[in-house]
Amino acid sequence: MSVFEGFRFRRVSSVIHRLDPRVKFFFVCVLFVMAVMFNELLPLILLFFIPLPFVLVAGVQREWIRSMRGALFLAIIIFLSNFVFRYFYTQYPKVPSMSLLEYSFAMTLRFMVLVESFSIFFLTTSPDHLGLALEQSRVPYEFCFAFTTAVRFVPVLAEEAQTIMDAQKARGLELERGNFLRRVRNYIPILIPLIVGAIRRSLELAEAMESRAWGASEKRTNLYVLRMRRADYSLAFGSVLMLIFAVYVRLSLSVPSLTMLLHV
Amino acid sequence: MIEVKDVYFTYPNGVEALKGVSLTIDDGEFMAIMGQNGAGKTTLVKHLNGLLKPTKGDVMVDGVSTRDVSVAKLARTVGFVFQNPDHQLFCETVEDEVAFALRNFGFEESAIKKRVTWALNLLDVTKYRQTSPFMLSGGERKRVALASVLAWDPKVVILDEPTIGQDYQQKEKLRQFIVQLNAQKKTVIVVTHDVEFVAECNPRVVLMAEGKIVAEGGAEEILTNQKLVAQASIVPPQIAQIFLGLADLGLPTNVIDVHEARKVLLDLLEATS
Repeated sequence: MSVFEGFRFRRVSSVIHRLDPRVKFFFVCVLFVMAVMFNELLPLILLFFIPLPFVLVAGVQREWIRSMRGALFLAIIIFLSNFVFRYFYTQYPKVPSMSLLEYSFAMTLRFMVLVESFSIFFLTTSPDHLGLALEQSRVPYEFCFAFTTAVRFVPVLAEEAQTIMDAQKARGLELERGNFLRRVRNYIPILIPLIVGAIRRSLELAEAMESRAWGASEKRTNLYVLRMRRADYSLAFGSVLMLIFAVYVRLSLSVPSLTMLLHV
Repeated sequence: MIEVKDVYFTYPNGVEALKGVSLTIDDGEFMAIMGQNGAGKTTLVKHLNGLLKPTKGDVMVDGVSTRDVSVAKLARTVGFVFQNPDHQLFCETVEDEVAFALRNFGFEESAIKKRVTWALNLLDVTKYRQTSPFMLSGGERKRVALASVLAWDPKVVILDEPTIGQDYQQKEKLRQFIVQLNAQKKTVIVVTHDVEFVAECNPRVVLMAEGKIVAEGGAEEILTNQKLVAQASIVPPQIAQIFLGLADLGLPTNVIDVHEARKVLLDLLEATS
């Protein structure tokens, strides 16, 4: 559950929280694209550090570190699988080289950059803002509503999963018992009540909404309207510059690998 | 015997739910833990079967600290029925549901069959043996959940809000059932808001507020103490309210039982006529 912790919004305010969610999302997407563009370790290290000032300014270090820690397990899997498969693909039966190690690290770091940037986005954007941004990007209201509701119910679901786990443990269920397959099966008593509960809740929600005349008016207006401010423009501008620079580097410069630099 | 020794508990999100709770629950005792929402009632009982481990202090079940044994092992002695049956029902049939815990505890198949039959009978749900628990009504689901815990015959039974969503008749059945369990020398711990229910059962009452135990004693004593009751944000039972209002007639103020109330009032009427 700790990965989700990093995506749970807390109602605080900072410069970052007040940014226009559309611009913030654009910024995150630019980071995403850049992370996918480079295979080399050096630019990925740089990319990893770019969002850090945002974390500090927004004051969400604790939650951010928690989500990073949650992603660590997946990161290790990514590192190992890259390392092992690359090894058998390119270098078997030689000793693994530095460049292989570097490549695997780069792939892991790429994953971390992706998690990092999206976790910043969700940590500093309230679900309301997010819905507003979607709506004002002309996404049909049904989809906006479904999306914001989904986001809003993640913490509720996480809490419910915890209660269910407690209830089943109290009936002698041991989640950590047995081999891998057995362990997966151990989660059935938790998943079924969780899913049934979620379906039941969604039906109830639908009824409650219909009884409050959901969808009665075709054209909805909003109390709050998102407006771009100077900080938003500068972030958007910065993101575009970053993207152009990254494309330029990718196309016309060769990015040195760390191993090469160390050998020279 | 369960001993709670100066227990503090803080949730991972920083909420301090228990602030120095000490409590001894003897074998065969019938206890109600009361208090308003967020007083720490559920947090406290989750310590009794090791679901939560104290941040500071100790919980001893029959002389063993809950830190040293797994929940599965403790659950064998301390059965816990959760508030919402939907949080635990998942099997295809009621029979499997009741057998689930027994299989976890490693009972023999023949013993499981016997115990399931016994538990289903006990809670009057035998006719649903092959039905899916999801098809049952709320009250029936609650009874199946109860049966699934009682099936392994734990020494201590904890019931979290057993009366919620039950009609009066079901409540009365539940009350008789609890009294019966207690008569079989089981320790019964009930977490509840329901003052009327507690008044009718007349257990030992532990009153909690803001993570602390504010009072402990017989139901008659605690539920008729207006100051304590106000502190824990509960309303005295109706009978107690009548007798508190009639205090100027020289009547006792510590009456919560309907039958006792009737007797006192009849005596008064006879004396005056």
